[in-house]
Amino acid sequence: MRLKSFPGGLHPPDNKQFTAHKAIVDCPLPAELVIPLSQHIGAPADACVKVGDLVAKGEVVGQARGFVSVPVHASTSGAVVAVEPRPHPAGKPLPAVVIKPDGEDRWIDGLAGIPAEEQDDESLRDRIRAAGIVGLGGATFPTHVKLTPPGDKPIDTLILNGVECEPYLTADHRLMLENPERIVDGITILQRLLGVRRTLLGIEANKPDAIAVMTKACAGTSIEVVALAVKYPQGAEKQLILALIGKEVPSGGLPMDVGVVVQNVGTAAAVADAVRHGRPLVERIATVSGPAIANPQNLRVRIGTPLSHLVAVCGGAKGELAKIIMGGPMMGSAQLGLEAPVTRGTSGLLLFGPGQFPRAPEGPCIRCGRCVRACPAHILPTAIAACARLDRFDEAEGFDAMDCIECGCCTYTCPAAIPLVQAIRQAKAAILAKRRKG
Amino acid sequence: MLASILSLGGIGLLAALALGLAARKFAVEVDPRELAILEVLSGANCGACGYPGCGAYAKAVAGGTADPTLCTPGGAGTVAQIAHILGVEATAAEPQVAVVRCQGDNDRAKLKYHYLGIYDCTAAQRIADGPKSCPGGCLGLGTCARVCPFGAIEMTAAGLAVISREKCTGCRKCIAACPRQVIAMAPLRATVHVLCNSQDKGALVRKYCQVGCIACQICHKTVPAAYVIENSLARVVYEHQEEAAAAVAKCPTRCIRDFAEGYPEGSRFSAPTCPTTAGRAA
Repeated sequence: MRLKSFPGGLHPPDNKQFTAHKAIVDCPLPAELVIPLSQHIGAPADACVKVGDLVAKGEVVGQARGFVSVPVHASTSGAVVAVEPRPHPAGKPLPAVVIKPDGEDRWIDGLAGIPAEEQDDESLRDRIRAAGIVGLGGATFPTHVKLTPPGDKPIDTLILNGVECEPYLTADHRLMLENPERIVDGITILQRLLGVRRTLLGIEANKPDAIAVMTKACAGTSIEVVALAVKYPQGAEKQLILALIGKEVPSGGLPMDVGVVVQNVGTAAAVADAVRHGRPLVERIATVSGPAIANPQNLRVRIGTPLSHLVAVCGGAKGELAKIIMGGPMMGSAQLGLEAPVTRGTSGLLLFGPGQFPRAPEGPCIRCGRCVRACPAHILPTAIAACARLDRFDEAEGFDAMDCIECGCCTYTCPAAIPLVQAIRQAKAAILAKRRKG
Repeated sequence: MLASILSLGGIGLLAALALGLAARKFAVEVDPRELAILEVLSGANCGACGYPGCGAYAKAVAGGTADPTLCTPGGAGTVAQIAHILGVEATAAEPQVAVVRCQGDNDRAKLKYHYLGIYDCTAAQRIADGPKSCPGGCLGLGTCARVCPFGAIEMTAAGLAVISREKCTGCRKCIAACPRQVIAMAPLRATVHVLCNSQDKGALVRKYCQVGCIACQICHKTVPAAYVIENSLARVVYEHQEEAAAAVAKCPTRCIRDFAEGYPEGSRFSAPTCPTTAGRAA
C-alpha cells in the first residue's frame, strides 16, 4: 500500500541510528539550573521569586502575562541564587531565574491528580495552562490556546504528531516506545476538551516499532494510528494535515480553519501528567546526538539544565566543536556555545566538529528549480529570495513569502548553496514590520 | 505623381495642424523657476530633502511648499542659487557629515560567532543580534556603503565602514540603512569625535574591543566643557569642538579621533587638507 504523504519535501539522511535504540536515561541534576522566563511563543512570564527564596520542585517562579502566555516552574527544589539576564538559546541574554538545587528534589506540597472525567472543561484547561504546557515539538505554542478554539471554528479532527521527521532526533520515538499509556491517556483528555469526531496519530514508517506499540496501546480507543511515508517535513503541522486528511490549510490560516488541532505526542504525555498527577512541565525528553558527541543518548532532562551539563553526561565532546545546534539540523537554531539552558522547546542538542557540517560557498542560481520542487508550501523560494535581496519586499509578498514555513528544504537542496531561507526570513520580517506600521 | 505629392503633402499639413492645435490645447504650464531649480540641484535623487527625488523637490520649492534650504548634498552653494532664482533670502543649515562611531574592525573587536550567511548587515543582525560581541559595533558587511549615492563610504579590509568627509553630503541614507545605529550626523566643522557606540560598562567593553570607550572620564576631566559621559559612553559637545582636541592623546583606548589627523587605521581616505571646505562646491 502506498503510504500517505504530501507533495514536495525531501529525505535527508536521518541519522537516527545513533540513538533510536537507546532507552531514555534520567539526566542527573546539574550544579545550577537556569530557568528562562521566555520559553514559549507569546509574552514572557514575570518573575515572582527573589534571590534567597527557597522553592520546591514545581513551584511557580514566573507568572503568565496575558492569555497567550504560560507560567514557568522551578524544575527542582533549592534556593534562588539570581534573577537576572542569562544566556538564552535565542542567542542573547534574557531574564532567567537561577536555582541552586538542594539535592532533595522535593515536589511542592499539595500536588494531586484530579479525575478528569469529573471535571468541567474550563478547570481542565486552567490546569493545563497552570502546568505551563506548550507544544513540545519545538514551536512551544501554549497548548491551552489551541484547546480554546473560537466558537465559529468547530474542531472535528485531532491529529497527534508522532512523525519526528528531523534527522538525528529520537525523543518522541523513544517516548512512544516507553510510555504509550501516558500518551494515550493525554489524548483522551485532549479529545474530550475539543469534542472531536476523529483522532489520528501520524507516525513515519521508519519507526515500525513505535507504530506497533502505539497501535497496541490505542486498541479499543477511537484513535487511529496511521503510518506515513518517510519524508521531511512530514511533521510540519500543515503538511501533516494534508497528508492525513487531505485538507489544505488556507494561506495565512491556522489548522482550526479546516477544523483540525495538531498536538505533539510529547505534549499529550505532559497533559496526562498535569491532569492525573498535578505535575507541571518541569522536564522533557531531548536527544543529544551528532558526530561530535562521545555517547549519544536520549535524556529526560530538567528545564533549565545548561547544555554543557548535557554534553558532560553524554561523555563529552569528541575534539573541537564547529557547530552546536539546538533542535534538529534542518530547523534548529545554531548556538553560540554551551552556556544556554534547555528550554521547553529543546527537542535535541546536536554537536558537529570541523568539516562535519559542510557548507559550500554560495554560487549563482542556475535555475534548476530544485527548490521549487522540494518546497512543501508550493511557493517559489528562488524568486522570493531574489526579491528579498534586492529589498523588493512588496514583490516578495506577492510571491506569497508569508506562506513559507522555514523548513529549510530549499536551502538543503540548492546546488548553488544559496541561503534561501535566510533571505525569505528577511522578507517575512520586513513584510511583518510593514504590516505592523499599517 | 502630382496626385501623390498633393495627397501626401496634404496629409502632412493636416497632421501638422492637428499637432499644433493639440500642443496649444493640452499644454502643461511649467514654472520656469522649477526648471531652473532642477538645474542647480545635484541630481542624485538621494531623498535627503524628504521628497521623492530632485524633480519633486524642485516642484515643491517653486510652488512655495518646501523650504529652499533642504538640499544638504548641494550645500551652501545650491541654497544660494535657489534663493537667487526665487528672489528670497535663504541661508543653508550648517553642513553636516555622517560619522561611523566605531573603530572596532575584525582585528580589534571580538566576534561571537563566524557568520556565513547573506553578506548584509541587516541579515546578520537578525541572527543572535549580529556576529560582533559588541552590541553597538560596526558589523562591517557594507550595507551602508551600498546605499550611499555618493560613494562616500569605504569598507576597510578588516571590516569597518569609514565615511569620507569630502564625499559625504549629509543625506542620511546610511543612517537609515544601518541596523545598529552606528552612524550619526555631526557638524562638518567638528573634526574630533568619540568613535564608539557601546553603552556597556567599561569592564565589559574591554573584554570585546581594544578601541572601545570604557567611560573612564579622562576626556571629561581634561576638557570638562567638551565631553559628556552618558550611559557609559563619552560624547563630544560640538559647541565646544575647538577645545576637544586636547583630550585626544589622553584617551587610554584611543577611541577619540581627530579627523584632522587622519582616518581610522586601514582606511584609504587621506586626511582632509581643510576640514571645513574641502570638496564642497562654493
